[in-house]
Amino acid sequence: MSFFKNEEELGLNLNTRTTLVNHIVYGIAFAMILVSAYLIFIYSNIEKTMGAVQKIFYVHVGTAWNALLAFGVVFVCSILYLATKKRIYDVYATVAAEIGVVFIIIVMLTGPIWARSAWNVWWSWEPKLTSALILFFIYIAYTMIRFMDGSWDKKARLCAVFGIIGFIDVPIVYFASEWWGSKFHPTVVGQEGGGLEGNMVFALVFTVFAFSFFLTALIHKGVRIEKARIELQHMKDKIAEKIGR
Amino acid sequence: MSILRNALTIAGKDLRAERKSKQVLPTMLVFAVLVIVVFSFAFDPDKESTKALIPGLIWIVSIFSAILGLNRSFISELKNDNIQGMIIAPVNSISIFLGKFFANFVMILIVQAIAIPMLFLLFDYQFNGSLPWLLLTIFTGTFGFVGIGSFLSAIASNSGISEMLLPLLLFPIATPALIGIVSATKIILRHPDQIEKAYGWLQLVGGYDIIFFGICIVLFDYILEV
Amino acid sequence: MIKIQKLVKKMGNKMILRNLDLEVKNGETIAVLGPNGAGKSTLLKVIATLYKPTSGKVMIHGIDLNENLNKIREKTGYLPHASLLYEHFSPLENLEFFGKLYGVKDLEKRSKELIKQVGLAFFMNEPVKGFSRGMIQRVAIARAIIHNPLLLLLDEPHTGLDQKAVGILNDVVETNKQKGMTTLMVTHDFKQAATLCDRAIIIQRGIVSDDFPIEVRTEEWLLNKYNEKVGGEN
Ligand SMILES: Nc1ncnc2c1ncn2[C@@H]1O[C@H](COP(=O)(O)OP(=O)(O)O)[C@@H](O)[C@H]1O
Ligand SMILES: [Mg+2]
Repeated sequence: MSFFKNEEELGLNLNTRTTLVNHIVYGIAFAMILVSAYLIFIYSNIEKTMGAVQKIFYVHVGTAWNALLAFGVVFVCSILYLATKKRIYDVYATVAAEIGVVFIIIVMLTGPIWARSAWNVWWSWEPKLTSALILFFIYIAYTMIRFMDGSWDKKARLCAVFGIIGFIDVPIVYFASEWWGSKFHPTVVGQEGGGLEGNMVFALVFTVFAFSFFLTALIHKGVRIEKARIELQHMKDKIAEKIGR
Repeated sequence: MSILRNALTIAGKDLRAERKSKQVLPTMLVFAVLVIVVFSFAFDPDKESTKALIPGLIWIVSIFSAILGLNRSFISELKNDNIQGMIIAPVNSISIFLGKFFANFVMILIVQAIAIPMLFLLFDYQFNGSLPWLLLTIFTGTFGFVGIGSFLSAIASNSGISEMLLPLLLFPIATPALIGIVSATKIILRHPDQIEKAYGWLQLVGGYDIIFFGICIVLFDYILEV
Repeated sequence: MIKIQKLVKKMGNKMILRNLDLEVKNGETIAVLGPNGAGKSTLLKVIATLYKPTSGKVMIHGIDLNENLNKIREKTGYLPHASLLYEHFSPLENLEFFGKLYGVKDLEKRSKELIKQVGLAFFMNEPVKGFSRGMIQRVAIARAIIHNPLLLLLDEPHTGLDQKAVGILNDVVETNKQKGMTTLMVTHDFKQAATLCDRAIIIQRGIVSDDFPIEVRTEEWLLNKYNEKVGGEN
């Protein structure tokens, strides 16, 4: 169709039909989540001191790693956007950031529940938790830039810049908070990996991967929705132009 | 070289405008003093335990008053599209960033030069640590968050609610620098015998300063582009 | 002087300039006409290097826009709708600041000369804040030509000016035209266009729809030509 031509020039293929690839991605993600649920709740042992509550740990770690992965996608797509100005990278960055924020919210919710059972406090300024909190704020800020007024290309540019800065900040935040925590706080933290038995480690690793596939499926879906939204906007603009003249 | 010369021209312009309008710097100063006064109501200055809060206080006062100045930095260029006048001049965009940074840095150092002694005074704090170390720490920390702050203020100025947006952008990104600088200040003020630990923190902040200042310079062009 | 081929500028989803072609020779004075929203200001902003083209080829002073922006900027003066002036500064301070950025030699002398030329010698050291629209526009044109540009871009310079300011503005443009400056002037003021310009282009919906020399220097003639082309639109 002719009036999509210019979007194609900007690297955005607006075809949003479901393809075989979509089905395969969703299928694998769904199956892996089911398997990891089995591994978490039935296959793996119940932790001796904490009991069943410890099982939230799998979800906590799974979402944490994949939130980081999602923000990595934002980072890479931001660089690609600034380098090529192709809208598709902005769409991927938008979607990945949104899902990353959802994941990090899950991290922030599951963390305290686990901390309460393990360390008997709701919150601890432990480096990983501190970093997760800062990460959460960084990408909330990223979302705020998305909500600005103005044309998509301006927002895409500013978001890309912030997406790059934000991600580079992550390891520095981690390093600083680790150092800070070790110097000024008593170590309330028990070693978390130490208590895990073999089948628990397997369940944990599998869950992390399952969430990665889940993340992929979500991004895939999100991008299709975003493309549909853009296409709809195009049609509206087209109609407005017709009526306006 | 011309990059630096143009940066100084732009910084000079900002400082001159401030000298004429007298809007931002006095506001920052009054605000800084107000924060100190409010703190002395909130935490009894006579108590010995309150002395432990002073390192944190120094940076709370600095950062919050800095935010006021940073907010104005690019907003003030929008009134008559002044920023466009600089963009269409044969000036590297790095000069615009550096110019803004210099001007903000100078103004915040002025505020600190007045507010921090006043803080010591009002909290009856006897400083007997190493003054050069304290100055170096304040310089390094301020450099870090004013650098990234000037940059983020350019991003925020595109928004209708830039005053509210800037702190949201700045605080999380500046966290490592803040952690480092408060820790270093704490050691210098309260444990002068462990000065080498402060040195470690200063290295962290120095690293942060270099990394982010570099990134800001590389990316600033993308913020101005239309 | 200017050579534009297939220039496209998009803002968001909106295509403002659609494959625009334009060629301008040295020393020409051109009126850029067209209905509101046609893309005239956008075209000027692209030439002034404020907007980056989405696609197309733009050569100014024989230099490609993607090649060396600052070389183009050194020789281009631009007066947009806004004055670009700092309100707390006097005309002299404004000119000296921008002149420094352009690396103007003998800056103080040049600034004072220009201020006298636009008839503001008496207000040289007053802050611009209290000035009338006419006075501001006179400082603004001085700012635009502080570095003796070879190309001058004016965006509706006559809007809101009184007779005296119009006269001074026209004098400045005329003087520089004699010196060989190329001028592009977006305007809705057909009288000024007819007196100042040798050639007119009409922009409609992001392209140059008409391009003709101004043979008869009267408002009526130009207006007729314009209405023939643009007709009911606007
Ligand atoms: N920053 C922008 N974002 C989106 N659309 C814009 C922007 N600037 C201008 N436009 C649109 O581009 C069109 C052309 O604008 P402009 O070049 O200012 O027209 P003119 O100067 O001929 O009146 C208008 O329809 C305007 O709404
Ligand atoms: Mg216009």
